[in-house]
Amino acid sequence: MKKTVFALTALTALLAAPMAAQAHRAWLAPTSTVLSGADAWVGFDAGMSNGVFIPDHAAMRLDGLVITAPDGSVAQPENMMRGRYRATFDLHLTQPGTWRIANVMSGFGAAYKQGGEEKRWRGSEAEMATAIPADATDVVRTRSINRVETFVTLGEPTDIVLTGQGLELAPMTHPNDLAVGETATFKLMQDGKPAANQTITVARGGTRYRDNPEEITVVTGADGGFSVTWPEAGMYWINASVRTPGAGDQIAMNAQYNGVVEVLP
Amino acid sequence: MHLRSLTIALAATGLTAGAAQAADLTATVEIPRLSSASYHRPYVAVWIETPDQTAVQTLAVWYQQTANSEGDGTDWLKDLRTWWRKGGRALRMPVDGVSGATRAPGRHTVTASAARLRTLPAGQYNLVVEAARELGGREVVRVPFRWGAANTGRAAGTTELGAVTVAVSR
Repeated sequence: MKKTVFALTALTALLAAPMAAQAHRAWLAPTSTVLSGADAWVGFDAGMSNGVFIPDHAAMRLDGLVITAPDGSVAQPENMMRGRYRATFDLHLTQPGTWRIANVMSGFGAAYKQGGEEKRWRGSEAEMATAIPADATDVVRTRSINRVETFVTLGEPTDIVLTGQGLELAPMTHPNDLAVGETATFKLMQDGKPAANQTITVARGGTRYRDNPEEITVVTGADGGFSVTWPEAGMYWINASVRTPGAGDQIAMNAQYNGVVEVLP
Repeated sequence: MHLRSLTIALAATGLTAGAAQAADLTATVEIPRLSSASYHRPYVAVWIETPDQTAVQTLAVWYQQTANSEGDGTDWLKDLRTWWRKGGRALRMPVDGVSGATRAPGRHTVTASAARLRTLPAGQYNLVVEAARELGGREVVRVPFRWGAANTGRAAGTTELGAVTVAVSR
């Protein structure tokens, strides 16, 4: 019960501040991505700010944190701490392979008019049917799903299994196998299907120490695919945002993807 | 920024038959003496790759063989970034005849018999040496050689590695 209330509060906070989410970039940055040895520890910083990986605005709420171990089991974070500008936690990599660390927030919302007055509602899909009054007009229903994620690998990389929910990257090139000067290919998927003709923003960290943001934008092809040739080593943020307007009974969709990958020299 | 690919003087001088009975491929790796207040011996990997840089076989990896208060020696194998990515991460260390302790500055020899390289088809290859040092840098040196005929090759690093030579006796 307590947990539900907590999660709902977080959801409401997320949905109530769409502008904040738009203006500031959400990032989940690992301290290492490629590791060797029998086991290893990785720390993570999660924040929202204009400059990626520069914690100077707001810590991320991690209520939707899901860590998937290479064998598909769910792992728990340790040493969770919420600072002013960033939330941090550690992960003990206890098995070889690729670990997926994702903070996923999803929910439903509606905007409508009742008696000439504009009203808004947020909640779960189950509640939506009864939440909107019968005499409501100009009803716009929206489903929101926002994925913030990163990957780390102990030993040899293993396959990443997509959830089929919201926006995800299907890796043609493994996200923990990226090297400067090489070209990596990914496919943007929405609910498990290719998302064609969408703009991808790729931003490298460290903007505080240079004048040019050096952002890369690419557009996905018919198969959702896009390629990036890494100009420099560093930590990169990959973003996509897909808004699909509602029509009739069709619920509008507001999906975001914020991935972090590391490119090594 | 990228891997250093050095020009090689590939001298096709045949070795005398007697010199090469023990080893059919002999590589020498020079670890330079560096004056550093906090010198640690480098981790070194030696492997054979095809001209398109696909790793074929690891010949030697020199790393800390024990655990200490900071961790196990295998924790830093990833710092041999190129080797780790191209093949090291697929190995289960230690590997017999490959794993060894870190070496002191000086010239070291790595040998491989034809029996050990029996799966290597005749053709053009690179011998690759990568060194990564704690609180130091990383360097990769490639030496082209031909397997299937007597020949020698030579290259040199500029920071973490000295001269690297390869001699194939047949």
